[in-house]
Amino acid sequence: MTAKLTAKDLTMIRGERCIFSQMEFALNPGELLLLRGRNGSGKTSLLRAIAGLLSLESGEIRWNDVPVLSQRQEFHGSMAWLAHRTGLKGDLTPGENLRFEAALRPQSKASVSAIYDRLGIARLKRLPLRLLSAGQQRRVALARLLMADVPLWLMDEPFTNLDSEGRKLVIELVEEHLSDGGLCVMAAHQDVEIDVPVKQVDF
Amino acid sequence: MAGDAPKIPGMLVGLTAITRRELLLAWKRPGDVLNPLFFFAMVCTLFPLAIGPSPAQLAFIGPGVLWVAALLASLLSLNSLFLSDYEDGSLEQLLVSAQPLPVLAIGKTLAHWVISGLPLVLISPLLAMTYRLPPGVMGVLMLTLFLGTISLSLLGSIGAALTVGLHRGTALLSLLILPLAMPVLLLGANTVSLAADNEAYATGIWALAAYAVVALSLAPYATSAALRINNE
Repeated sequence: MTAKLTAKDLTMIRGERCIFSQMEFALNPGELLLLRGRNGSGKTSLLRAIAGLLSLESGEIRWNDVPVLSQRQEFHGSMAWLAHRTGLKGDLTPGENLRFEAALRPQSKASVSAIYDRLGIARLKRLPLRLLSAGQQRRVALARLLMADVPLWLMDEPFTNLDSEGRKLVIELVEEHLSDGGLCVMAAHQDVEIDVPVKQVDF
Repeated sequence: MAGDAPKIPGMLVGLTAITRRELLLAWKRPGDVLNPLFFFAMVCTLFPLAIGPSPAQLAFIGPGVLWVAALLASLLSLNSLFLSDYEDGSLEQLLVSAQPLPVLAIGKTLAHWVISGLPLVLISPLLAMTYRLPPGVMGVLMLTLFLGTISLSLLGSIGAALTVGLHRGTALLSLLILPLAMPVLLLGANTVSLAADNEAYATGIWALAAYAVVALSLAPYATSAALRINNE
């Protein structure tokens, strides 16, 4: 079975405003879906709808040809969500935060120490997260994504707060993830130079 | 990795993971634990000072005062149940977690009870002594508070989930929870009074236990539904 994310006739209305309508896409393993648009154009709303955090006016998102709403737990078990806010506890150290993530996903085969080294956070793991810089916190949030060891990544503006080295790292991680047969949906307001098959949705 | 769908592990996985994280967070911020406890102790010791040292009077109001103080102390700490998770985005992560949300809600509530409810139960005999309650009643007092604070934490988790996105939701939360908490207060305080008067009190204990069981079976679902709606 190959993982597949498809959407048909998506329409979202928030308040009086139609955010998007009749949107559709099909994403296969190894592909990146890039959501491009200005601030406030609805990229995050679409991502949140895919994650199941926002409800749609009409249309359906399917994971492996089954609607995600009818298999929420299975779908959430195969996706990881890198949101605008890190979703990490400031009072806990990066190590403790990541251990919680690992405890929630016992089936993950990711190696913790390899992830620390990869993201350059090994020497930070004993400090409370709130003492780290915004960019360092982002790196820990990225580490969580790797820790999850799941096929689908949903990334909302992954480059925020990162230095040029960090940006390069994000692109490398996405490339590796996709070459391993993963899928990725990314919202970005800037150009992303990445060496993988990209499908783009403009808002 | 992309191919086979991952198996959903047992429910205990989510429960232990979140309970451990919450207790760890409380350990790093002991103020959250001490606040309700301090409030409880303060209210309970101020009453005898204000009312006077007459033993008959104190024994008469004792059960009621202890129970009202416990109820208010529980409400006081509830506001923060989901607030910090909401602010730093962890709540969103819990909503898209690989573990079932009701289980995570039970875990959070359980940890909240261990942090804010259990200490009240444990120090209650000490405070009951200021009201000259007979030593034989201490067990009844602790048992009713034990069952009652579990119910209050569970009910409170629904209220906290409903008001999490609102600023200054505490007043609304109290308003939502108080009607549901009334039976707990009445049963708890009256059971302790009956026991102090050497009358039959077992019915009250059973009723409190039944209330706790119903709350335990329904509240997690209500809480997770409220969290999902509130995060739209």
